[in-house]
Amino acid sequence: MLRFIFTRVSLLIPTFIGITLMVFLLIRLIPGDPIETLAGERGIDPARHAQLRAAYGFDKPVIVQYGLYIGRVLQGDLGKSVITHEPVISEFASLFPATIELGLCAVIFAVGLGLPAGIVAAVRRNSIFDHGIMGVSLAGYSMPIFWWGLLLILLFSVQLGITPVSGRIAVQYFIEPTTGFLLVDTLLSDEKGAFASALSHLALPTIVLGTVPLAVIARMTRSAMLEVLGEDYIRTARAKGLSPLRVISLHALRNALIPVVTVIGLQVGVLFTGAILTETIFSWPGVGKWLIEAINRRDYPVLQGGALLIGTLVMTVNIIVDLLYGLINPRIRHARPGGGGR
Amino acid sequence: MSVEARPAMRAPPHPLREFWSSFSANHGAVAGLATIAILLFVAVFAEVLAPHSPYLTDSTAFLKPPFWQEGGSLAYPLGTDAIGRDILSRLIHGARLSLSIGISVVAISLVLGIALGLVAAFSRGVVDFAIMRLMDIILTLPSLLLALSIVAILGPGLMNAMLAVTVVVLPHYVRITRATVIGELPKDYVTASRTVGARTMRLMFVVVLPNCAAPLIVQASLGVSTAILDAAALGFLGLGAQPPSPEWGTMLADAREFVLRAWWVVTFPGLAILIAVLAFNLLGDGLRDALDPKLKR
Repeated sequence: MLRFIFTRVSLLIPTFIGITLMVFLLIRLIPGDPIETLAGERGIDPARHAQLRAAYGFDKPVIVQYGLYIGRVLQGDLGKSVITHEPVISEFASLFPATIELGLCAVIFAVGLGLPAGIVAAVRRNSIFDHGIMGVSLAGYSMPIFWWGLLLILLFSVQLGITPVSGRIAVQYFIEPTTGFLLVDTLLSDEKGAFASALSHLALPTIVLGTVPLAVIARMTRSAMLEVLGEDYIRTARAKGLSPLRVISLHALRNALIPVVTVIGLQVGVLFTGAILTETIFSWPGVGKWLIEAINRRDYPVLQGGALLIGTLVMTVNIIVDLLYGLINPRIRHARPGGGGR
Repeated sequence: MSVEARPAMRAPPHPLREFWSSFSANHGAVAGLATIAILLFVAVFAEVLAPHSPYLTDSTAFLKPPFWQEGGSLAYPLGTDAIGRDILSRLIHGARLSLSIGISVVAISLVLGIALGLVAAFSRGVVDFAIMRLMDIILTLPSLLLALSIVAILGPGLMNAMLAVTVVVLPHYVRITRATVIGELPKDYVTASRTVGARTMRLMFVVVLPNCAAPLIVQASLGVSTAILDAAALGFLGLGAQPPSPEWGTMLADAREFVLRAWWVVTFPGLAILIAVLAFNLLGDGLRDALDPKLKR
């Protein structure tokens, strides 16, 4: 097991170096001089230009610049936003809870609906339920979520007037950020109605962000359950006279969950892609919207730092999922790592 | 067992016939294929089919609703947008854009992916490690974030968006090629070709590659839908095709501010994206079921 952990974790290092290299080169690839880009349209006089070049280390060879960059990154210095002059890492830290809150709600939504739907579809194979659930989940899987969000706004906010169109909470509430998760913070505060307001703001973004993972989980659960239900030990369990519910929940589901858990873990990257779009549609103040704004304002340090943080985060979660997978499934742990897997 | 004693066997059906019989049993896949055929037809004959030019603005008809609603007319069957352009005509021309994006992204990433995958599988060692690590890095970054970063640097536009999407989807093709090739290499027929002196290039492209086609065909079909979706997402964020281009995602971006007043400008472009993506996903699922021998009865 230790060997397994070691080989998996050691793969982190080249990947991390690769990400930093990519993110570092990203900013070098922008056409034009970085100082002039920073200065904007006002222009800059040559003396100040040379001074800034030296200050930012742009006069040194690229490899030295990369070394300096890595040094700063390891100390947690990801540069400052060109627009707000705030450190990138603290801006990220203040916005990240909003994204996590949305992402967690979306995962709960997706698992809560997707798992039972997949199980029902597998148990009632080829029934109208099965075809219905699989049809809907294929549509969910194919959904352009930026359009889905607009449709939900059209229906629930414009036609029915149930949910707000944007933001995290109604403007009249001021909630002291304790955990950063508004659902928790509003419960901790004394403000009446704040929790309901936060919840109603969260509803549509959760559905939008959860749709694709929901479809993936339902499809994966169904196929994993179908595979397991065909096994001999399920027939044995049935032959012993166990109730169908017991066979499904205790015997089948436990084995079927292995691939499903992996799929849920691997949705982190998908969730982040979704969060960029969802946050843009609903003006959700998280890191996805922040990155889009950074791109529109040509705030490259923010884009660079944000991409590095998110890449590292997704990479770490993927490794953890990988390790957990090895933990619950000995067949993987003892297989030769890295060879030929899809 | 003597040869004569063997019962008379019917000749096995031609592989293509066998493929078609299992593919056509899947109604969803056939529906997907039919939809794609219609979309292709619409894309090719866009000039003839579209009632108006996609760029022509009509100053007497801003935000006209579809014909079945009050105030709509058959002159603009699906209504007009905020500057009086015919939505149906723009959707028809958009089909051409979206299909060409999907197909060219997949074609380029297929060629590059097969080349890199073959090199990785045949060389192993350092080259393999380097290629696969690079692919891992690309896969680690959330796809849209990477695509956005590339477009942010190269500048917004349809070509750059296509390039960005190509980079993002490339790892899938490299991984599939490498995995299937590594699965084929120890087989007897490869050893036999090697023994009779086939060179590496011949082994790669003539001997091994045709036997790895099935998963690549499936991935290519599913890949078209990913490419259409990602390019539309970039268009929606203002970083893909630029207005006044009738790309579906870009149309949605233009329509966003009218969501409260004119449902049709928002609904139809998204529906078009959904239908196209769904069709390619149905086709891909059907191809996988028909080509994957593990699932064959």
